[in-house]
Amino acid sequence: MTKATGITRRRALKSAAALGGIAAGSGAISGFPTIWAQNIKNITLRQFGTGVSNLNAVADKVKQDLGFTLQMTALDTDAVTQRAVTQPKSFDIADIEYFICKKVYPAGVLQPMDVKKMKNYDKIVPIFITGKLTPDSVIAQGTAPHTVGFVESKTSTKFAKQPTEWMTLIPTIYNADTLGIRPDLVPHPVTQWKDLLDPTFKGKASILNISSIGIMDAAMACESAGLMKYKDKGNMSRAEIDKTMAVLTEAKKSGQFRAFWKTFDESVNLMASGEVVIQSMWSPAVAAVRSKGIACKFQPLKEGYRAWGGGLGIAKHLSGIELDAAYDYINWYLSGWVGAYLNRQGYYSAVLETAKANMTPAEWDYWMEGKPAATDILSPEGKVMEKAGAVRDGGSFTERMGHIACWNSVMDEDKYMVQQWNGFIAA
Amino acid sequence: MAITAKAPSSFWRKGDGVSWLQVTPLVVVLGVFLLVPIATIVIVSFWDYDSVRLIPSFIIDNYTDALGSAVTWHTYLSTLKFAVITWIFTVSIGFTVAYFLAFQVRTALWQMVLFQICAIPFLTSNIIRMISWVPFLGRNGLLNQALQGLHITDHPLEFLLFSDFSVILAFVHLYTLFMVVPIFNTMMRIDRRLIEAARDGGANALAVLTNVIIPLSLPGIAIGTIFVVTLVMGDFITVRLMSGGQSASVGLLMSNEISLLQYPAAAAQAVVLLITVLIMVFLILRVVDIRKEL
Repeated sequence: MTKATGITRRRALKSAAALGGIAAGSGAISGFPTIWAQNIKNITLRQFGTGVSNLNAVADKVKQDLGFTLQMTALDTDAVTQRAVTQPKSFDIADIEYFICKKVYPAGVLQPMDVKKMKNYDKIVPIFITGKLTPDSVIAQGTAPHTVGFVESKTSTKFAKQPTEWMTLIPTIYNADTLGIRPDLVPHPVTQWKDLLDPTFKGKASILNISSIGIMDAAMACESAGLMKYKDKGNMSRAEIDKTMAVLTEAKKSGQFRAFWKTFDESVNLMASGEVVIQSMWSPAVAAVRSKGIACKFQPLKEGYRAWGGGLGIAKHLSGIELDAAYDYINWYLSGWVGAYLNRQGYYSAVLETAKANMTPAEWDYWMEGKPAATDILSPEGKVMEKAGAVRDGGSFTERMGHIACWNSVMDEDKYMVQQWNGFIAA
Repeated sequence: MAITAKAPSSFWRKGDGVSWLQVTPLVVVLGVFLLVPIATIVIVSFWDYDSVRLIPSFIIDNYTDALGSAVTWHTYLSTLKFAVITWIFTVSIGFTVAYFLAFQVRTALWQMVLFQICAIPFLTSNIIRMISWVPFLGRNGLLNQALQGLHITDHPLEFLLFSDFSVILAFVHLYTLFMVVPIFNTMMRIDRRLIEAARDGGANALAVLTNVIIPLSLPGIAIGTIFVVTLVMGDFITVRLMSGGQSASVGLLMSNEISLLQYPAAAAQAVVLLITVLIMVFLILRVVDIRKEL
């Protein structure tokens, strides 16, 4: 049934495009709104992705600024992958993580984006282009975004080694993750990943039960404890997987872990209730615990952060006026309003310059420069997140994103790893 | 229907058409919602897959992987353990409650009132009833605070939450009513004259219970057992939430595989689970003839 309506809609759009031939035909997009206002109102782009960036505020602002309708569907990470691959006609814009892109793009469900049509391409944070934040940065392990950020040609599904004209995803949101702790309940300062396995926290530690991310946190802890040395934590060999899982299984059997969490809310509840005092965590979850008046710290660690990043990709089936609208949306996304919104939530946005223009100096200093807050820091919804004088955990953008140890990833031995992870959970 | 029945048919004898029509809705419902999905699962269980695609083919690797892995056996063992322990508790509590309702409560009105009270918790969702245990049993939860406040223990009891204990507690809480209802139903059908006859014959209360009531309640116990066993065997959310993700069940194994797009592996597990549960149900039916009930 959806298929049928889709075709009718597309047919209607085609005739609309024929009327507005000049607008749709040229293809040269130089600003927005570029498409005839009459046609664009009828367009609906269906975007789906993880909850973090599927924000209704963005859809509302799109309607206001660009005129078309953006329909958002939020799913969990696994469901996003499934839907992208198995129902490629069910979406127009995919908001996915880079490591998912490594799985999804080769399935041929997305089309690459022409960098020439992106107004702010040159201003995108270089992590996503060359992999290096500064020219002398070391590229982190795992599925670094730039390794799956480009394809060789418009029709290729093979990832390019160097930046090309064809981008798979435009980066939208990313962050550096670390362990969250309850500073009031830990008996000694937590400084390294190995503290996750420290017997002091027996029965009070947790790790997330999303195999691809959980194993990375485990690997960080194993390496930090000197139990393992990895060639690439993001692409382990079977032997490395076996050893890592053996360490984890032993810790589990000796009662190190209180629970394993799978959703955002679970991680917040574990921490807020004091069931757990040290665990893998996400930045907004830390903020959520703190908003209950409970001390919680996103503790920077000596070995560095585990980073993740997401971006927008365009579905293969998109063409004509809808494709143009998608490009408008992407250009708008990088033009600053969303960037500021995301930065205010504690994430990072892809084009810093435009985001800065949409933030107050106090906000910019707190979130991006790691300076003490000059005024109270408000969330995008206007709630007080931090009082004046607070300093962001981990400091400035360069301090945090400059200390990435590895990126979320998909391994070649993915299938094997999942089997072992299931074994660990069952152990 | 009346029209079809009257219409002469060269193929079927008169009357056959009506039977066919009568059976059609059930066949369609079972076909579309039961047989087709199961057939699909069986077919997919023989397919190959990589990290993003399902590849139609005919391989038995999914089965050899599943049955050859220690994890599967371990998980089945742990799921069966949950099923057996949950069954023991639900059947004892269920039988006791049903016995009380059927034989101790004298008036039909009170029987109905008390029976409805048993059903009240079911007005909320099963997830909510389960989650409510978390703040109650937690390290800083109500129970631990109470125990420490009464100086029964001097430290929080950690086994109360995120353990096999909490999983079984939730199962028993969720599924006892599935035992109460069929057992109560069977007990109400027991001819009271049989009990009187037993008493007249010199049987004491225990003998009445073991020689009259339990044997005659067996069909109800069997139906309740089928409910509880199939629900526990197929469960994944109770085990995940109440064990804090630390215990495994067969359902959870499948859910993990599905979330990683390993549909054929999950399908093979589903087929194995289906066969296991069917065997269990078959065995239950061999022991007890539930048709006596119907």
